[in-house]
This record gives sequence, structure tokens and C-alpha cells, in this order.
Amino acid sequence: MSIIHIDGREFTANPQDNLLQVCLSHGFDLPYFCWHPALGSVGACRQCAVRQYANPEDKTGRIVMACMTPATDNTRISIIDPEATGFRANVIEWLMTNHPHDCPVCEEGGECHLQDMTVMTGHTYRRYRFTKRTHRNQYLGPFIKHEMNRCIACYRCVRFYRDYAGGADLDVQASHNNVYFGRDADGVLENPFSGNLVEVCPTGVFTDKTLSAAYNRKWDMRSVPSVCVHCGVGCNTSVSERGGAVRRILNRFNGAVNGYFLCDRGRFGYGFANNPNRERAPAIRPRGGAARKATKAETLAELAKLPGADGTIIGIGSPRASLEANFALRTLVGAEAFYAGVSAPESRCLAIVVAGLQSGNVKTPTLREMEAADAVLVLGEDISNTAPRIALALRQAVRGRSIEIADRLKIAHWQDAAVRTAAPDAHSPLFVVSPAATGLDDIAAATCRAAPDDIARLGAAIRHAIDHTEPAVEGLSEALQALATRIAEALAAAKRPLIVSGCGLGSEAVLHAACAIAEALSNPERVPGLVLAVPECNSLGLALMQSGSIEGAIGAVTSGGAATVIVLENDLYRRAERQAVDALFKAATTIIALDHVPTETMAKADIALPAANFAESDGTLVNGEGRAQRSFQGVFPNDDVQASWMWLRDIAAAQGREFAWQSLDDVVRSLAAAIPAFAKIAQATPPGSFRIAGSRIRTQPHRYSGRTAVDANRTVHEPRAAIAEESPFSNTMEGYYGPMPASLIPFFWAPGWNSGQSLNKFQDEVGGALRGGDPGVRLLEPDGTHAHPTEATPPAAFERSFGRWLVIPRDRLFGSEELSAMAPAIAERIEPPSLSLNPEDARSLNLRSGDAIQAGFGAKLVQLTLTVAPELPSGVATMSAGLPKQDWLALPGWATLSRAEPVP
Amino acid sequence: METPLTANISPDREPLDITGYERAGGYRAVRKVLGGMTPADVIDVVTRSKLRGRGGAGFPTGIKWSLVPKDVAVTGPHYLVVNADEMEPGTFKDRLLLEGDPHQLIEAAIVAAYAIQAATAYIFLRGEYYPAERRLRQAIGEAAARGYLGANILGSGYDLEIHVHTSGGRYICGEETALLTALEGRRAVPRAKPPFPQSSGLWGRPTVVNNVETLCNIPHIVNNGAEWFADLGLGDEGGTKIYGASGRVKRPGAWELPMGTPLSELIENHAGGMRDGYALRGVLPGGLSTSFITPENIAVKMDYASVEKIGSRLGTGTVIVLDDRTCPVGMLRNAEHFFAQESCGWCTPCRDGLPWVERLLAGIEAGEGETEDLDILEQHVGLLGPGRTFCAHAPGAMAPLASGLKYFRADFERHIHDKRCPWA
Repeated sequence: MSIIHIDGREFTANPQDNLLQVCLSHGFDLPYFCWHPALGSVGACRQCAVRQYANPEDKTGRIVMACMTPATDNTRISIIDPEATGFRANVIEWLMTNHPHDCPVCEEGGECHLQDMTVMTGHTYRRYRFTKRTHRNQYLGPFIKHEMNRCIACYRCVRFYRDYAGGADLDVQASHNNVYFGRDADGVLENPFSGNLVEVCPTGVFTDKTLSAAYNRKWDMRSVPSVCVHCGVGCNTSVSERGGAVRRILNRFNGAVNGYFLCDRGRFGYGFANNPNRERAPAIRPRGGAARKATKAETLAELAKLPGADGTIIGIGSPRASLEANFALRTLVGAEAFYAGVSAPESRCLAIVVAGLQSGNVKTPTLREMEAADAVLVLGEDISNTAPRIALALRQAVRGRSIEIADRLKIAHWQDAAVRTAAPDAHSPLFVVSPAATGLDDIAAATCRAAPDDIARLGAAIRHAIDHTEPAVEGLSEALQALATRIAEALAAAKRPLIVSGCGLGSEAVLHAACAIAEALSNPERVPGLVLAVPECNSLGLALMQSGSIEGAIGAVTSGGAATVIVLENDLYRRAERQAVDALFKAATTIIALDHVPTETMAKADIALPAANFAESDGTLVNGEGRAQRSFQGVFPNDDVQASWMWLRDIAAAQGREFAWQSLDDVVRSLAAAIPAFAKIAQATPPGSFRIAGSRIRTQPHRYSGRTAVDANRTVHEPRAAIAEESPFSNTMEGYYGPMPASLIPFFWAPGWNSGQSLNKFQDEVGGALRGGDPGVRLLEPDGTHAHPTEATPPAAFERSFGRWLVIPRDRLFGSEELSAMAPAIAERIEPPSLSLNPEDARSLNLRSGDAIQAGFGAKLVQLTLTVAPELPSGVATMSAGLPKQDWLALPGWATLSRAEPVP
Repeated sequence: METPLTANISPDREPLDITGYERAGGYRAVRKVLGGMTPADVIDVVTRSKLRGRGGAGFPTGIKWSLVPKDVAVTGPHYLVVNADEMEPGTFKDRLLLEGDPHQLIEAAIVAAYAIQAATAYIFLRGEYYPAERRLRQAIGEAAARGYLGANILGSGYDLEIHVHTSGGRYICGEETALLTALEGRRAVPRAKPPFPQSSGLWGRPTVVNNVETLCNIPHIVNNGAEWFADLGLGDEGGTKIYGASGRVKRPGAWELPMGTPLSELIENHAGGMRDGYALRGVLPGGLSTSFITPENIAVKMDYASVEKIGSRLGTGTVIVLDDRTCPVGMLRNAEHFFAQESCGWCTPCRDGLPWVERLLAGIEAGEGETEDLDILEQHVGLLGPGRTFCAHAPGAMAPLASGLKYFRADFERHIHDKRCPWA
């Protein structure tokens, strides 16, 4: 700790920090643009000028940039010095010479860092009387709007996009005051993290196109803390609502999960929640007849006839539904009759993940810990597509080596440009072993392309190379053996090694191998990290309930054992073979489906109930780290839409069974009592009875306008405020806003700081954790003793089969996740289903890239477009998985391939 | 009077080839250094000579070299970069050396690279210097063929490759850190210091960037000693200097003269005085980014300390003469147009301040100026000063403006009052 003097007062500081960080952390309002807590300092904008004095006797001092000056002991600065203050106002005056002052029509207005900083510096009067430069804007795709005239050239966009996220198609062009931040030509921004530009840009150059489609000011939207439902990472988000629709998603800082950034699927995937084709009333469909809408009472009367938990009724849960919804169904039908609603292979993979998180001396790291890893092995998981935020963290991890070099040169870590310049080619080792190219290959020390079984074998060889007491792998090629040794040496030499794998390949052998390598790396001095990506937002939570698979559910019905099925937020056609699901529908006498999106299962159900989506209900999800996190209701339907657990409770009540659940907290309490794995779950967030000084937290900003008019097209009456009995939120403008528990922060706003940068005011120290700690509670910690249940022998080597190909599923960032694929903006980015082969295999079929190809999985024929992927192993094909309208297939699986006539 | 730098240069012929250069005593310094001097010996003699950088900043060359870490095994390869970007308006001294005696520079680079234990040197050459490029490449080929470059030079075990890199052409590339960034193939944006290039330069490796003229002194210092060099100057500062003159003088040109030659002697004796009908109003002593010297200081000795004493900088030592029939506002408008256009666009004061300055000056020149404009210009002189901007570009741009506002204020006021340029 060092002591620094700011305007004559003493403050403690970390000497490793810069003065801007320290000033902000101590609550001073020192304006800045180019600095960002995650991006460091570059000294470009010159906005954070202060006067620095050499010693107590020095009365002259000199103007320095706080962001470029270390907070060394005895530093003396003045923020209020007139010249420094004047200079800061002048910087704004310069920025304003070309800024268009179009705040009234600018979508950043009201949450604009440039507005805030302008007011903060006191610049008010414009002296520049000449013309402004103008730029041509670009089309950047369905996510981002571009308005270059507003640009103040802080360089944050390119620093985030290129340096931080590894993007290549956005750059700064031209020079002097004509600098232009854009692509070389109009076109879709390719980087999967492009949406962060909306938050990184301090003004309105890059704005959210999906918000723009039905625009509202920040102050006119209700926001609630939420958790992303589009993959298993569980990024924290802030969901904004007006007029009953979700208007946008912003990042909600959680230092352990997502830090400052979201992926584009998470940010722009919310569009499914506003689907106009969704049923908002219960539907009853007599067998063989047409569906009719029914009232809630009528429907419940019908549902009252359902059997109790007597073995003739089963429930199928969902990895995209909340814990509470799944638990409610499990309670309604009985634990034995509750099925997880995922395929048997996926269930088995998830069981390995659960065991992996609980056993041995390995740790599932937080985001911060991932970024600090000094050697990484990605084994068989296309993490950029299945858990993109983790891929972004790994991109930071490989910078470790260059930071070591910077340390040797005595360059502070926050000196971003200097650190990057000092070691442009130094990467901490990261190895990618996968069937096909991945988004991390560009930073990998080595990549290896292999079939899943060969990946598992390489994994076993790595384990053997780390720990020779483990069995060796016979018959490995010399090159692979050498690679295994190289990877093992890099991991063994690391202080904080990290193994990353997941369920993406559907290979238990790969997961076992990943766990085994982590186990082998563990020793008394070192707890290795193990990240196992799970497919969906609550896959892990559901897996912890240890229920049967969807095949089990289908079997229970088709065998005649059960006749009634309740399907919870699950489109069975995405989870099992069409034939099998059709058989289930045929065999069951009654199928009740609850969902918030139109699916084939909902369309065919005998009774379809309109469930609430993530934005319309409170609920708890468990991410791949084993962290339970709560998301809250921000949209309040005024019709029959309600949370699934409420429907299930109401069914029980109609049957005369009393669940005594008035609030979500009641369900949570039951769940914690019923299943030991969830004992800690109530710690995820304060209970619904939480109040601050007797007040609830308001979710509408105090400037919220037009609340009496927002529904004026429908009714002249002011809508009644939707106040839940048990909620920490008032859901109105009334209530408390100020320091609050981290998991309850609905939006970031502070006096003088209207933009998202007000986050600074909610952190312990700028860039650190939220006050009170990172939200959520980790349910699983390794017990330190139980070894991973690994299979003793690795699988046999992959052998290609002539005339047949092993088809491996390939997840896509845009399209493979069910809900986001229904969002219009994401839908624009979904590429048509394709199958990839290596060039030789394609030639053997006399096919070229772009040709139509037919894959035969037994009797099942699938038509796709061929793409040629040079890196693929011979005899292996990859196939896009889970795209809209793609039937479920048991993948990996063997298929015959042939030319298909293109579908007209 | 000794003229070591230009002894081999004759305007009426191609430069000496390697045979001619050797015959004239060339590559003796390389033989001497590789034949028995340690790198520390070389740095020592250069430090004792008190040679100061001729690119404009005047940093002591020996000290610059001594800051390079000694352990190549830890730091990785070292680099020598020759700054031959010479983009300073009114400056053409390095061109003379590059075109006139390329072997001298190559010999100098070998000695300097040896001193800092660099195995690779780059000559970052102004893109438009086509004859220099041709001659340098020719000379490098000749030197390599004679064993002065490449592996195991003269059997000493020392290896060196020299590459010529021609600039894409931005003024900022002359700034040593922007030069390094450009050489790496990136946008020519300066770097923050610290870290200095000696510890983290080209590709993050220890690097020394030296100006052409600075380096050309090295072989002579090695051959003749530090004391000899110190004695060449007229005052406290040693060596010779290539001075130049442009503007309405009778004989514009460049001359190698003892360091500390008075400005009056330079203009009167060497440049032949003002052209008939023109009177001298001011002099920019070392390129466009230095402050005006007025006629009362015309006797100033042209060395670093003396010029600094009267509020300007020696800079490149190539003077630009302002005469009485040229509008000073117009001259400054032209200068600020250059600086505004050549701003790299990285930091706010430079990027957005200079165009404002330029427009104010253009407005005044066009008779559209307002009295407050002079206040805004004065303010910019302070606001774009050292420490406030990222690099020295904007402070350099303010030097002629600040002194112009001071010395030619009446001219500015007349423009504003008369609403026209009195010279138009």
C-alpha cells in the first residue's frame, strides 16, 4: 500500500494502480474516456489531467495524465487545480469541435458517458465557429448501428475489438481529425463480441440496433437483474423493459462470471421473448380436433382431472427452465416420475461434469481465475461456440506470458499499449485439440485435429506423460506422442494450469480424459482448474436433480406404464428422434406442455399452457461453474402468462393437493430441503422480504416518464403497478436506489454518472468486485478426496469406415441455441445447415464446397450444404447441430454420404 | 576548417563506391572497433566526445547507448534503427549525407550496432528519397560483398544485417517511437515513454534510434578520438554541424560548419545574405517546429545551449528565413496546416486542437478574424504544450506560433482590424 495525497488529503492506494483508478476508487469524479478498467491505459484522450507535485515544497508542479501515472508512495496531486480543471474542460471543447451535438436524436442520449463528462468538466460555451467534419456511416449487420460523426476518437472500440477480443474486421483508418473507426467496407461485424462496442463506446457511435427498432431512453425503461439463458456460462445481464416488451440486454458486471463483457448471442438473443406468434392463453386440443383457447379456470378444471403422483403421470423437465420450475414439476409428479428432458448421452456427459466439479483436488475456476491461467488445454470443446464468454477469458489468459515480460521491463500492467508492444509475440501456452478449426486457433501454441476417440486417447497420453503411473496409450503416432509430451510439459510447468472441455462433442471419453488430466496435475502446491462447458443455462442445475433421460420418459409411456405427460419448457423434437417423440405422443393419452415460445411440442400438446419466460418470472439457474444465480421479473404480463412453477402449483391446488407455495422463496426453501445439492441455494440472493430502510428497490429510474400514458392506446386508466407480494423490488419508480446487495442491482446509475460507466460507483475498487462480493452462490466445491471416476483404459483409436463417415455435431454461436435462434437479429446471422468434409473425402464423393449433400443416418435422410474444411481428419464429418428446423440426431453418429439434388 | 562529414561529398558526381571510400580511409573505424575494442570501449569514446543527437532533440548519444541492457541472452535481440525519415519542413541535411556518402552511414551503423550488440539494423528512409534509397542499397550490397556486413564480419565473430525500409510517408514517423511502430507494420502512432526504446523498442526488444547525421560522426570519433571531436566546435559543444538555409536568401543550401557558428555568419557568408529587395524579419533556426529568432538575436551561436538561451531550439540546424514581403500569418497558417494534417490522430489536443488553430489562422488571413481569435490562439500555445499532449508533435507545432504571436502581433492585429491581409 502506498499513501498518496489528493488535494492535501491522504489516501491509501495500491502502487500497482494508476492514479485515475485510485481517484475513481476513492470516489473522486475525475473524467476519462480512453481508459477502461478491462482495457487499461493508453493516454490518448488526455481527459484525466491532474497537477502533480514532486514533493511538499513543490508549488509549481506539472500537468500529468492520471491514467498514465503510477500511484507510487507519496504521490501528490491536485484534481481541483485551476489549470488542470481548465485543461479538462478544454479537452471536451476540442472533442465538441466535431461532435454533432445531436443528443436529442441520439440513442445514447441520457446514458452517454460523453454527456456526463461534458457536464462534469463544466464546458458549456462553444467558441469553435467553423464547420464540422462529416463521415459516411457503415452497415455493420443486424446488431450494431454506426454513426461516425459522433466519434470522439477515444480508440476504445478498436482496442476492445482487436486487442481484447481478437477481431480483425474493425480498425481505425485515416489520420489527424479524420480518423475513422469502421470496417474496410460495409458488412457484418464478424467478431462474436461485437455487441460490447455498444457499452465500450463512450458516446453514440455504436448503438444497439435491436433497441433502436423500438427505442426508449434508459430513464424510460424498467430494468431488472437477470441471467443470460443462452448458454451454460450464466453471464449476468440487466434486462430492460417498456410496454410489456424486452427492449435490450446490457452487461451486468459479475467479476466471477462475465466481468464487463457479453457475447452477441447473449446480448441480442432476447428477441424470442417478444415473439408475437406466441400463445398467451391456455389452449385445449381435443384429440383429432382443432385447438381452442380456454380460460385459466376452465383449463385448471380440466387439469384437476389429472392423476396424482401414482406412476401413471410423468414429468419431463428442461435444462432451459429454472430450478424452481423443474422442482415444481418433480414435486407434482414425484421424483421417480420426473425426467430431466435431455437425451441419455447428454445425461451421461452431465453426470461426469457433476462428478468432475465435486471430486478430487481440482477447482472449477471463476472468470478471474481463468484469465490468470498460465497454461491452457482445450480438449475437444469448441468453446467459442458453446461457451463464448469463456473463450474470451482464455484470450486474456494467453497474455500472461507477455505480462511476465512487462514485469521484467518494469512496465505496469495497466500500461496497455506498452505491455502489448513489449511482447507482441509472447503467449502463454494454449493448446486446442478438436475435430475442426476453432475460434481460439489464432492464439494457440499448437492445434491438433482428431476424431473424438482420438482426442480422448491424446488426453490419456497427456495424463500418462504427466503421471507415469497412469497407463500409457498404445499405438499413438510419433507426432501425437510428441504433442502429448509437449502439452504435458507445458501444463506441468504451469503454476495455474487450466483444462477446458465440455459436452459439445457428446463424448464421455473426452470428458473423462479432461478430468483425468486435471487430476494428474493436482498436487499439494497446485490446484488445477477444470472448466467443463455445459450445453444450456440450467443443464447443471437439472443434472443435480439426478433424474432420468428423455429416452427413459419415452420408454415409460410407450411401454404402457404412464399415460399422462407434463412437458416443461421443452421441445421434445429437439431432444430425441422424431419417430420416438411421435410414438410418445401416440402412446400418451394426455400431454400437457408449458412453454413461452411456439414449438412443435406446444402445437401438438393436448393442453398447452402459456408459461413465463426468463424476463417474466423470477427463477434460479445453475451455471457450468456450479453457481446458482437468480434472475428477476421485469416484464409483467396482464394475461394468463405466468411462471411455470405457478402453473404447476395451481394444478396441484386444483387437484386438492396443497404445495403451500406463495412465493418463489417458498419453492426455494422446499428445494433446499428436498435435495442436499441445493442446500445453499437461498444464499444466491436476499429473499423476497428484503427491504432497505423499509423500502423495496425500485426498478424504474426516477426520471421514468409517461407511466400514465404508456398504455393509452388500449386504456385510459393508469396501469396498476405490478407489485409482487414477496419481492425485493417495487417494480415502479418508487422505492430505494443506492448501495444494495450485488445480486439485486437492477441497473447502474449514479449522480453525475448516467451511463453504464457508473458501475465504478458500485465496485469495491474500480475494476474489482461489486460491493458485497460477486453475485451468486457456488453449490459445488471439490471435496479434495474422491478421485474422478475415470475409465481405466482409453477408447480404441478411431478407424475410418469406408463408405461411412463419423458425423460429429458442430455447435454454432448463432442458431444452435433454441431460444436465441428465434430472435430476429440472431436469425439474420444463422447460416444454413451444412456438413463439412476434408477435401480428399469431398473429392472421393465427387463433391465440392457448396454442393448439396445427403447424409443417411440409417433410414433418416438429411440434406445439407457441403463445405470443405481442410483441417478435418479423414473419415470424419462435422455437421451443424441444433439449428431451427433441424431434427434431433444421435450425434456423433455414422452416416452414408452422397450427392443430393439441390432442393429448388 | 575540418569537414569530416562531407569530405567525400561532391555535388558533381555519384558518391564514392566502396573502393573509393576505402581509399579515402573508409571502414577504418569498423576495422578498429572489431579489431580490439569492446562495445563498452566504443560507448565510452562516444560518451566522452559529448556528441549530441542531430535529429533535433540533442540527447547525448553515448548515454543513449549506455542505457541498452547488456545481456542479450535475457533481452533477446537488440536493434539499431537509423532515423533517415527527415520529414521536418525546411530540412535537407540528412539527404546530403545519404545521397552524398552512403558508405559513411553504413560504416557508422556497423560501429553503432556493434556498440549496442545489435545483429540487425534498419534504415528507416523517407519514402521520397529515391536516389538515397538506390545509393544505400548499392552501398549495402558492396559492403556485404566485402565482408563488412553479414555473418562474422572481418573474422570478428560479430554479425550484422542492414535493411533499408522506405517510409509510407508521415511526418510522425520521424518521432522515434512512432517510427518503431511503423517499422513493425502498424499505424504510426507514438508510444508512451517509459518504457524507452532502449529497454522496449522494436518488437519489444532493446533498440537505439539514431539520426543519420548523428551516426555519421561516429566513425570519425572512433578514428580520431573524443578530444579531437570536442575541439571541432567553436564553443562548448563539439563536432561539426550540417547547417542549411532556405527562404529568400541568395544561395539556399547546406554546409558543414563548426558547431556554434553564428547565425549571422551562416546567413550572410554562406547563404549569401537576403535576396535584393528583401529584408530579414525572422528565422526558424532548426526546421518548422522551432521558435522564431528575430534580427536582434541574429548573432546567436548555433549550438544547443546558445539557441535555447534565447528561447528557441537548435533543432535540425537548417534555418528557414522569413522575409518582410511574406505575410507571417500566412506562413504560420501554412505551417499549422502541415502540423494539423500530420497529426496522427491519437491524442485529443493535437488531433482536434491543431485544426482549430489552422482554421483560426486561415480566417485571420482571409480577413475574417475576430479579436478573440488571438486569445484562443494564445490559449492553444499553452494547452498544446509539453506534457499535455501524448508526444512532442503539437508542442513543436506551437513553437513557431507562440513566437509568431509574440514577435508579429501587430501583423495579426492589422489583419483583424483591416479585415484583409496587408500582403495580399
